[in-house]
Amino acid sequence: MKKVLETKHVHKYFRKPVLFHVLKDINIDVKKGEFVSIMGKSGCGKSTLLYILSTMDTDYEGELFLNEELITGQNNDVLSYIRNKHIGFVFQFHYLLSEFSVLENVMLPAKKLAEKSLEEIEYDAMQKLKILEIDKLAQKRASRISGGEKQRVAIARALINNPAIILGDEPTGNLDSYNSDNVFEIFKQLSIDQGLSLLVVTHDIDFADRTDRIIEMSDGEILY
Amino acid sequence: MTNWKVILNIAKTHLLTKFKQTSTAALGVTFGIGAYITLVCFMTGLNKMLDDLILDQTPHIHVYNEIEPSKQQPVDLYEEFKNSFKVVHSIKPKLSQSKIHNALPIIKYLNEDKNVRGAIPQVKSQIFYIAGSIELGGNLTGIIPLEEARLFNFQNYIIKGSTTDLHKNDNGILLGAGVAKKMSLDVGDRVQISTIDGEIFPLKIVGLFQSGIADIDNIQSFTNLKTVQRILGESDNYITDINVKLHDMSSAFQMSQDIEKQFKLKAIDVETANAQFQTGMTIRNMITYAVSITLLIVAGFGIYNILNMLIYEKMNDIAILKATGFSGKDVQMIFMSQALIIGIVGGVLGLIIGYGLANYINTLPFETEALPTIKTLPVNLNPMFFIIGISFALISTFFAGYLPSKKAKKIDPVRIIRGQ
Repeated sequence: MKKVLETKHVHKYFRKPVLFHVLKDINIDVKKGEFVSIMGKSGCGKSTLLYILSTMDTDYEGELFLNEELITGQNNDVLSYIRNKHIGFVFQFHYLLSEFSVLENVMLPAKKLAEKSLEEIEYDAMQKLKILEIDKLAQKRASRISGGEKQRVAIARALINNPAIILGDEPTGNLDSYNSDNVFEIFKQLSIDQGLSLLVVTHDIDFADRTDRIIEMSDGEILY
Repeated sequence: MTNWKVILNIAKTHLLTKFKQTSTAALGVTFGIGAYITLVCFMTGLNKMLDDLILDQTPHIHVYNEIEPSKQQPVDLYEEFKNSFKVVHSIKPKLSQSKIHNALPIIKYLNEDKNVRGAIPQVKSQIFYIAGSIELGGNLTGIIPLEEARLFNFQNYIIKGSTTDLHKNDNGILLGAGVAKKMSLDVGDRVQISTIDGEIFPLKIVGLFQSGIADIDNIQSFTNLKTVQRILGESDNYITDINVKLHDMSSAFQMSQDIEKQFKLKAIDVETANAQFQTGMTIRNMITYAVSITLLIVAGFGIYNILNMLIYEKMNDIAILKATGFSGKDVQMIFMSQALIIGIVGGVLGLIIGYGLANYINTLPFETEALPTIKTLPVNLNPMFFIIGISFALISTFFAGYLPSKKAKKIDPVRIIRGQ
């Protein structure tokens, strides 16, 4: 099966305050349509790994492949484009642009990509909101909706450019169990219905147990 | 790759949601530019008025026949004493005519020069004004009234009557305001003029003249060139002074040197004659620019400050934009365009306010003896100032926005997303 994301011998060091070897020889991959979670104690380097995978952190050794193409060493403009087109993010804190409406938040990455007309983008955005059952909120200001709703808006935004993979950094970490279940169900549905690949960092065992595969990390190394 | 529509839309949303801060920043620019326009229009207006006062009525080159001792004494010509040390006591100037020799051909020659706007003759004479039993010493200058008006704005100093009145009346006189006041004379009255030789001529007062300098107004009067020549009993080639006005004032010094050499006359250029005035003008201009630049720099720092604050507040937005695929350059452009929008809006408002204030100043009454024709404060609404103003607004906001936006470009989204 096609590998959406793959790392080969990734090492990462923190230089401040003292030299610290955070990630040691990481070799993982995510296949198309797979729903993978990364588990581990705090400080084991799982988030650090996620941000390397996200292409936002370029300070590492080793090689990173997206859709079986090497993206290590590309310049920042190319990386921005890759993030825009192929990667969707969902963070623990919802990170919406609070001054924009829900709809505008969802549309923004597509407007940046500028592959479709404004009408198409707006139609797509409304479709995504409908999938997540928050289309009623479209015109509300992003700062005026509840935490669970915000997280769903963030998921809609991550989906807008039909990315190859969605990366989540504790996407349920800040939600109550009802909303957590809700978000998990959404991810699961996307994975099954649309064949979307997902890689989610979490320390919620219930959440992880229900995913296709768990990558367990400890002290910067992959356990299994 | 840059998608301006999206970037401007984000910039616009940021500016509108932080309307208070935006308007404070824009007002900073508005006041800076407004004050600059007002100040520079007013100051240059005043400068121009002072220019007119001193420079417009003074000739660029004044040619006359100076009475002075010969530079080369006869003993210098004597071969026998060539190598000796010579002492000559009690040198006196040689008796010579006070008129300019061959004045009319010289005037014709000067008028043919391309750089000369006009060269006109004057006859200066010492006379007495007689009213009843009072005799007042004074100067009577013969002029060509219409030419004086054309080249030296002579009409600006005539408070009653006009140059044409003098031109039409062969027996007319433009009496100094001080003289008129002393002898309680007015337009339409007659005044007796006595030459040094004692001959008396009655002249009709066609106008009053006021230069603003009391010492001049108390003695000086003007009449037609021919009238003075007639009073003095001289022919019409009797001319004591030639006033030259040039197209380009800066060549005055060189030209005066040439005239001295060519015609063996004394020629004084305007810069030599008004050296302190020139210095004063330069210093006033320097003050104007120093104050304006200070104002604009202060406004620039205001923008810098507010954008800096805005970027700290928008850290999360910056991180999220970067995470969703906006490049550092896009983020920089978002903040740069915010700075420039503030600059344009503030700058244009500043131009309007400056224009309004300058026009208001122009209506304020300002009466001075020195310039009888000026009734309100002078302003100089030169379009150049408005161009400089808006350019400076844009340049200063550009730099004020550049540094903070550079910072926004470099912000590491990972640190912010993980830091929370």
